[in-house]
Order: sequence, then C-alpha cells, then structure tokens
Amino acid sequence: MAEKEEVKLLGIWASPFSRRIEMALKLKGIAYDYVEESLDNKSPLLLALNPIHKKVPVLVHNGKAILESHVVLEYIDETWKHNPILPQDPYDRSKARFFAKLVDEQIFNAGFVSMTKAEQQGREDLAEQTRELITYLEKELVGKDFLGGKSVGFLDLVAGSMIPFCLERGWEGMGLQVITDDKFPEYKRWVKNLEKVESVTDCIPPKEKHIEHMNFMVGRFRSS
Amino acid sequence: MVEEVILLGYWASMFGMRTRIALEEKGVKYEYREEDLSNKSSLLLEMNPIHKKIPVLLHKGKPICESIIQVQYIDEAWPDKNPILPSDPYQRAQARFWSDYIDKKTYGPCKALWSETGEKQEAAKLEFVEVLKTLESELGDKSFFGGNEFGLVDIAFIGYYSWFCTYEKVANFSIVAEFPKVISWAKRCLKRESVAKVLPDSDKVLKSISEYRKIILGIH
Repeated sequence: MAEKEEVKLLGIWASPFSRRIEMALKLKGIAYDYVEESLDNKSPLLLALNPIHKKVPVLVHNGKAILESHVVLEYIDETWKHNPILPQDPYDRSKARFFAKLVDEQIFNAGFVSMTKAEQQGREDLAEQTRELITYLEKELVGKDFLGGKSVGFLDLVAGSMIPFCLERGWEGMGLQVITDDKFPEYKRWVKNLEKVESVTDCIPPKEKHIEHMNFMVGRFRSS
Repeated sequence: MVEEVILLGYWASMFGMRTRIALEEKGVKYEYREEDLSNKSSLLLEMNPIHKKIPVLLHKGKPICESIIQVQYIDEAWPDKNPILPSDPYQRAQARFWSDYIDKKTYGPCKALWSETGEKQEAAKLEFVEVLKTLESELGDKSFFGGNEFGLVDIAFIGYYSWFCTYEKVANFSIVAEFPKVISWAKRCLKRESVAKVLPDSDKVLKSISEYRKIILGIH
C-alpha cells in the first residue's frame, strides 16, 4: 500500500535559500505544502523545528525536519533518486560542493552583505571582488549548458537562485553594474539556459517586487 | 597502480586533522606535507588559488579543498571500509547539519579566543561556551554524535579537543569542569587509532600559542 508522503517546506518568497529548494522539489516532481514565513514574525512551527538558526528553509518530510539549504538539497537527492541533481563521480561532487560554498559564503558576502555596509567606493571595490569570484564559475561553464553539465544540477540551483535571481536584483537596486556583458559571456549564456527550464523559472521571485525587497534588506543589514 | 594521495596541512590545524583522521580511518596510504603558513608552497597556492589555505587534498593530481568536503570525498572515493557517513538519508542530513553548525559557529570565536585579548576575547569565549553547551546537549547519552558509530560530526569536532587546554589557559575558564559529556566523548574518540595518531599533544599547542601571545601580543 502506497502511503502519501508528507512533504512540507517552510520558506520566504524572496529568499534564494528557500527558492532553490522549491526548484529541486519541482525538478523531482515532488508534491509539497508550502508555508510562507515572515522575517519579522517567525511562526512557532519554524522556531520549534529550527531552534538553533531560526531560519528558512526547513523541509519537513514525514514529520522530520531537515535544515540548511545545501543539506536539504542533498537529502532530497538521496531520498528521491530520479532526476539526480548531484553528479555521480566523487570528484565532481566535491567540486559542486566547493563552488556552492563559494557562492553562499564569499560571493554572497562580497556581493551583498558587505556592500550594504559600504559607501559608493567601497561598493565598487566589492563589486570588483565579486567579479573575480564569479570568474571561477565563468570558467566552469565553458563547453557546458549548465554547471551540472547537460542538465540543471545542485550547483545550478545554488548559484542560479543566488546570483542572477537574487544578487542581480540587489545590484540593480543599488545602481551597480557587476556582471558586465564583455567579461561574462558564459554566465550570460547560462542564465538564458536557466530561463528555459520551467522548474527554475516557476520558482523565481517576481523581479520588481524583489528589487524593492532587496532595497529594504540593504537598509536592514546596514542598521544591524 | 598506486593511487597518489597527498595532503598539505599544518600540524595544529583542526581542519587538517579532520582530513587526516578520515584518511587514517579508511587505511589510505598518503603523503603528508607540513606547510609553513608564513611561506606557503607554490603547490598550495596553485592547488587552492581561491582561498590559499590548508588543508588541500590531492588525489591523482586533482585538488579537493575545504575539510568537510574532503572528508565526504574520502568517504565516497573509498566506500568499502569504515563508513564516515551513515546510510540513511535523514541520518546523513543530521550529520551534515551538525558538521556545518560546528564550522559556522566555531571558526570566528575559536580564532579570537587565542589571538585576541580583553573584550574581543571575552565575547569569543561566551560564543564558544554556547557552542559547547549545544554540543553537550546534542551528545546526551550517546557514545558519538551519530549514535553508536564514530562518524562525520566526531571527525569535525575532535581536533578542537587538542586546543581545549589552550583556550582554558588563555581565556581563563574550564571546559573540563563544565562539559563532562564532551570530555568523555573526546577521550572515547582518542581510543581510536586514527584520532590518537593525528591529534597533536595539547601541551605542544599551548606552548605554540603562548609563544605567539608573548611575541605578538606582549602577554606573558
């Protein structure tokens, strides 16, 4: 007898960390209940399921909570084995994990967190640092449709949710040109490829609303 | 054909210890090369150009960087002996969560504990004590963080044990008195050949840090 699998995702519409989970669930065709959380008014459920970090995303599967977006993505891949998102080869897996960490730590920090606290010249310097980091992804994309190869994979979900569909919106709001056409042809091609994938485009926050939200977050980070 | 495995590390780095323990657990033959952090080798800089940090694991000439990523790589490349991650996806998620927690929450405070003084050091101490409280609670009555088997989370944290005396001395607090479960867990881990072989003497770490604090910070 097949039991209905209970899958629930606690997320925030503007968060790249929770959007990437939605993309993965869609890619695997997994039905789930979505609970929209609020930054300033976290639900008792969220606080109970993630007492340590108190953050989204939280995936609940058959009553058990899985936390931290990279951990959730790997869990989804290991539990629902069709349409794999991580590569098979251990070395390729280590590279995907390495670059995913680079995106969420160094690129996110230089490309947003630090920028919020800097003034114009500081932001320009950080934009240059961010470009240097994204160049590593640019090199990885040569000869490939996606970072995962022929199809969208773990690193595409992490980098895609973060850079083109989150940070770029923040940069637009701050009036910064970070990704220049001349230096990032592979990146531009990759984004066009991502925009053809329904599981990705269905899960991107609406642009204008997102730019507004990112501006709001700049103010929030600045005063913290 | 001999698989060439090289590890670039630093004797006191708890990150390098993780990778070495994993290699030892799997019985992998490897060449360990001690790096001089004030004069990094060209190999290190070539193989980890982004971060320029140890540990760097080289396998058949290809680099793997970041210690937790290296430990997972080792588990996947040599799957037949002493599994480091459990087989159940939820248990694996738990292991990854806790090793990520250790990394996120200890990196800053642990560095400040030995390299700072005054308020900065005090703030770092409070942060680290919170981590120890959380880990003490998470350990509970289990032998290891994952239950009965030594695994990823144990590997992620055990290297810090060799630094406990140093933290206690320079920041003036007691880990031994306040966190008995963590201490007995550490001693249990030390019974494993891999851990006993890899962890440096606590006294050696203390001596090295005391020297640093004397010379750089002027503290005697």
